[in-house]
Amino acid sequence: MSTDAALVIPEIPCSEECLLREGNTNCGGCGMSLGLNMLARALADADQTCQLAIPACCGIVAAGAFPTTAYSVPTIATTFAAAAAVASGMVAIRDLNGERHQVVCWAGDGGTYDIGLATLSAAAERNEDILYVCYDNEIYGNTGGQRSSATPPGARTTTTPRGKREAKKDIIAIMAAHRIPYAATVSIAHPDDAHRKFLTAFDTVGTRFLLIHSPCPTGWKSEPADSVNLVRLAVRSGLFPLYEVFDGLRYRINARPDGADPAEYFARQRRFPSDAVDLDTTRRVCREGFERLETLAQAFPG
Amino acid sequence: MPLDVVTGNHAAGHALSLAGEANRVGRGTACGIYPITPQTEIVERVAAFPFSRGRVVAVESEHSAMGVTMGASASGARAFTASSSNGLAYMVENIMVAGFYRLPIVMVAVNRTLGPPWNIWADQGDTLMLRDFPWVQLYAADNQQVHDLTLLAFRLAEDPRILLPVLVCMDAFIVSHTQAETELASQAQVDDYLPALNLPHRLDPSHPRALGSMVWPAATVSHRKEIDEAMARVPTVIRECRSAFLEIFGRDPGGAMEIFETDDADAILVASATVATTARGVVERRRARGERVGLVTMRLFRPFPADALRAACSPAGRIGVLDRDYAAGVGGIWAQDVRAAFQGRGDRMIQDYLLGVGGGDVTPDLIERIVDDLMARADGDAPVWADLAETWTTAPAAEVDA
Ligand SMILES: Cc1ncc(C[n+]2csc(CCOP(=O)(O)OP(=O)(O)O)c2C)c(N)n1
Ligand code: SF4
Repeated sequence: MSTDAALVIPEIPCSEECLLREGNTNCGGCGMSLGLNMLARALADADQTCQLAIPACCGIVAAGAFPTTAYSVPTIATTFAAAAAVASGMVAIRDLNGERHQVVCWAGDGGTYDIGLATLSAAAERNEDILYVCYDNEIYGNTGGQRSSATPPGARTTTTPRGKREAKKDIIAIMAAHRIPYAATVSIAHPDDAHRKFLTAFDTVGTRFLLIHSPCPTGWKSEPADSVNLVRLAVRSGLFPLYEVFDGLRYRINARPDGADPAEYFARQRRFPSDAVDLDTTRRVCREGFERLETLAQAFPG
Repeated sequence: MPLDVVTGNHAAGHALSLAGEANRVGRGTACGIYPITPQTEIVERVAAFPFSRGRVVAVESEHSAMGVTMGASASGARAFTASSSNGLAYMVENIMVAGFYRLPIVMVAVNRTLGPPWNIWADQGDTLMLRDFPWVQLYAADNQQVHDLTLLAFRLAEDPRILLPVLVCMDAFIVSHTQAETELASQAQVDDYLPALNLPHRLDPSHPRALGSMVWPAATVSHRKEIDEAMARVPTVIRECRSAFLEIFGRDPGGAMEIFETDDADAILVASATVATTARGVVERRRARGERVGLVTMRLFRPFPADALRAACSPAGRIGVLDRDYAAGVGGIWAQDVRAAFQGRGDRMIQDYLLGVGGGDVTPDLIERIVDDLMARADGDAPVWADLAETWTTAPAAEVDA
């Protein structure tokens, strides 16, 4: 059990009609559950509704088994690679019928960085009016914890038993390169920032991409109660910077790393074998990554 | 009715577009499209059509083409697409899902050889590979049938007793790229034939459902059983769609199968698409010589009309199945189902002939040889590779005649 005194679970109102209802199958401490509640809160605040297109991932299993569903909105399970395509069809018919709900893809990193990337890229190129949310747990959670191209270097998964060697794909850069109107990173440890980003996304027309750093106690081999602290540490140490990219060109940084050492982040998750993470390299990559962002944000402010 | 001279692809694109446009009084129409020879002209026609309430989304792959089409269909729109060969293979996962979701999507498929090695010519292996999915499959033999069956497919798919996607197939080039006189429907006729689609299980905020999340085995059994029941209703509903078509368009679009000279036949050929057209000429010639040969032209492949086929073939002791396809390790795909239809129901010799595989010419002479073989052989045996010269050791009867 973590003894971190700063542990704060954000209060998120959950009415009877909240998006993710009781009886969902998510693990305790799952970041995706908090992400869905944040989406629900923003929808309520903006007086909006949504329909969900969810590819194969924990997010669709969360609905539970027929004939019940934990989701309170119309939801379609798509094939693993197809969420952004199915959502494009939904958006087309929504618009032809003058309806106003948000069409939201709710996908894991596997369905986003890996198998669904071409589909997502094509939808972004067409600038489909979709809110695409990737809850990035850096692993294939649903199938029991295999690597994805979002898995960070050093992390042990069932298919990288000695720790992953490759770097994590920079999905925001990929999405920004499509010049979509809005792309942003989201941390469930920063609920106000997250709320504002959801609202910004609702106010923007076109393909909007939100990347939620989504703790997965089951895959990260971490304590469920430590989830929010872990992702906060990722922001503080520069492992997961919070920023927004407008039209793929203008950058805004939302939180500055406070110099926390990423070592602590690694130490609190058993997915990182002690000898698998090159701490010096990681510190340098975090520093340089943030410097690069700062340079962009100064040169092209959003 | 004026006749136009158009290709099979043109006929299909025309029928799809008018069907989509007809749903402007419903929730509109949308489709995902992706090119592949020899079907490309179909989606190009659809892309050029000035829909008053529709959107055509040119996507990056067939998988996504069916993805967009499913998203539109699940939102209550009339939705369709077209593909062929490796495009269908790439689309397979979403083709399957469209069926499991009971989405009344219509897809026109141009039958082309699967590759590599790359071959763009006619072969039915691509659509027959989809045989175990919840899709109705219809095979057209000419441009008019492509046009008419495509329109009929929407009415069939959207019937509340069916709610299954429908595949309408035609032979590559022989139909897709060959111009022929065709009566093309007017928008007013199609409006009459295809009323607004009302999909009972569409994504609807007033009834928030989760389509396709987890199910336990018992619910899966019910799901499959319901599909089976809908499949069983297809022949009846096709008959109704056919008479409604006759009333509105003034011509018969054809039904599940067409029988020709089967009543007293000793030997019957079972064929589909353009192979059946060629076979008909051969049967006519044989009949003129007093030989008791008949033909069953199959239009419906799924559900497989086993009862109707048995009834059509009842007197014949010999059945020759003409397969323009090859299932590795088995032989012809139609032949498997024909055999299954007769299994345990009387003693018949059923022989499988693979012909025109990979798009080779199916000539009357080739079918003459097959008829000779069928009438002479003592027993059904391994599939006959009719395209191979070494299969035939004697000259065909037709040549001797001439
Ligand atoms: C085409 C296909 N391949 C493989 C699978 C098996 N599968 C289901 S979910 C999944 C991993 C999902 O990972 P991710 O997108 O990261 O979401 P998470 O499970 O972590 O929530 C895999 C491999 C599948 N459903 N479909
Ligand atoms: S495996 Fe991970 S992502 Fe999936 S429900 Fe559990 S905690 Fe959430």
